[in-house]
Amino acid sequence: MTVAVQITHKQGDFTLDVAFDAPEGLTVLFGRSGSGKTSVINAIAGLLHPDAGRIAIGGHVLQDSARGLWLPPHKRRIGYVFQDARLFPHLSVRQNLTYGHRFSATKAAIDPVVEMLGLGDLLNRRPAALSGGEKQRVAIGRALLSGPELILADEPLAALDEARKDDILPYFERLRDEVGIPIVYVSHAAGEVARLATTVVVMDQGRVRQMGPAGEVLSDPSVTPVGVREAGAMIEARVGAHSDDGLSDLLIGDLVVTIPNCSRQIGDLVRLRIAAQDVMIATQAPQGISALNVLPATIKSIRMGDGPGAMVQMEVGGATLLSRITRRSVQTLGLTAGQKVFAVLKAVSVAR
Amino acid sequence: MTDWLSPAEWQAVSLSLRVAFWATVLSLPIGIFTAYALARWSFVGKQVLNGIVHLPLVLPPVVTGYLLLLTFGRRGPVGEFLEQTFGIVVAFRWTGAVLAAAIMAFPLMVRAIRLSIEAVDPKLEEAASTLGASRAWVFMTVTLPLILPGILAGSILAFAKAMGEFGATITFVSNIPGQTQTLPSAIYAFLQVPGGEASALRLVIIAVIIAMGALLLSEVVSKRIAARVSA
Repeated sequence: MTVAVQITHKQGDFTLDVAFDAPEGLTVLFGRSGSGKTSVINAIAGLLHPDAGRIAIGGHVLQDSARGLWLPPHKRRIGYVFQDARLFPHLSVRQNLTYGHRFSATKAAIDPVVEMLGLGDLLNRRPAALSGGEKQRVAIGRALLSGPELILADEPLAALDEARKDDILPYFERLRDEVGIPIVYVSHAAGEVARLATTVVVMDQGRVRQMGPAGEVLSDPSVTPVGVREAGAMIEARVGAHSDDGLSDLLIGDLVVTIPNCSRQIGDLVRLRIAAQDVMIATQAPQGISALNVLPATIKSIRMGDGPGAMVQMEVGGATLLSRITRRSVQTLGLTAGQKVFAVLKAVSVAR
Repeated sequence: MTDWLSPAEWQAVSLSLRVAFWATVLSLPIGIFTAYALARWSFVGKQVLNGIVHLPLVLPPVVTGYLLLLTFGRRGPVGEFLEQTFGIVVAFRWTGAVLAAAIMAFPLMVRAIRLSIEAVDPKLEEAASTLGASRAWVFMTVTLPLILPGILAGSILAFAKAMGEFGATITFVSNIPGQTQTLPSAIYAFLQVPGGEASALRLVIIAVIIAMGALLLSEVVSKRIAARVSA
């Protein structure tokens, strides 16, 4: 089921003018704060009434200003996970979870959701007695149990510390992979996008700058919505082998990258995030170098930045990699599109 | 109790309790609605409504009573209509005392409830609506439970104010023993006649006990509700 969104809205000096399709899976609205991401999902939820537009989930039209149609939030069948959880303080966890259940046409079973989110021990507690991560898990469960056709999440991890983020991220992966309800997820964190996104919609100043499959958009050197420091490619790799010294070999096409701390099973598909500033370029195979991962690559394009930096896009084993180097290095090495080089990876991590 | 109080004194106490009870109960729904409108809606004439609600707080009570008499008296526009249409007369009846007490207590009730509504995060109500709850359902299941302490505080304040209302009541419904003679009117009447001090003192003691009891009750109940709502 595809979610089709086309809206225009004026709010003071700010104009929102977006159109995109969110296919199956998890679509991230990616952009810096103030780019209009939250306004877009509030419009999908009906919490914001846009001046004009059309929003539909499959054949279910939520708004069509041409026909004067606009459904209020409670008629939309949308599960919204807010940044600040927004659990009802006067209800227990169980009552929070079942709040939307009575309105749900499909009446999803409660137990599997409780189990999936690990909420069994929390059911009789009040929200005030929960940690931030637990609150967010309950909020996810509450949204799921309202029988939604679409789940919206507005930076659901932004209020959590790093350790808690790692706790919650897997639940969104499971939502994406197991539940089969489309998800529209707002984020400004590149790592989160690399890990979760099926589709990325890049937003900037109320407009869609680019959209497409996650791997494609994230490795596009012209798209750095949250700054070049955060730019980096997302590459899917398969776990090949674990070694005794704590390193694991992962396969990208027929190339091998070696990374530490990979706890996945052999054969699993994992998403690697390789930040552009962690990739060096060598024109000859480097000798006597400490980096474990030196991969043959072909330069696809070079994009000179406004400052001293340049972004080089390379093809590596069928995947696309970004490298952020200086313009001076581009000139000194005489790099050009099509050239065969070696990509030296200083750091590779499983996306998180 | 009846041995200790003379029939006239007992009448005044029970009438006051009855008047204060009905004044509180009947104005509560309107009070919640008004408080919600003032807290959450923006509409033309909001400041005027706010002013009218608070007027009894700042007007001399006698003025309020006289205005009630002009409006709800048998020859007043509303009073005449009520009598001809429904056969209801409020002037110089105990029902009139309820009306006077309700109007005098209304601003206190609305203030307390309005403050508690303003303390409820509208984001919670938004969240409830995304889960499929209609506006009315959101109000009943989210807003109302969260403002219960405020409703209780407002009701107790209104009850106490209604118990003690004197100026507007005596102007509007006079001081007829057994019909409109409330506890404060009775104290006032006993003080006007020689040898009435003992009766007045007994009523004063009862007034103090009722007021203290109401305050203590509200403390206990609101603590319980607050614990249930927030923890």
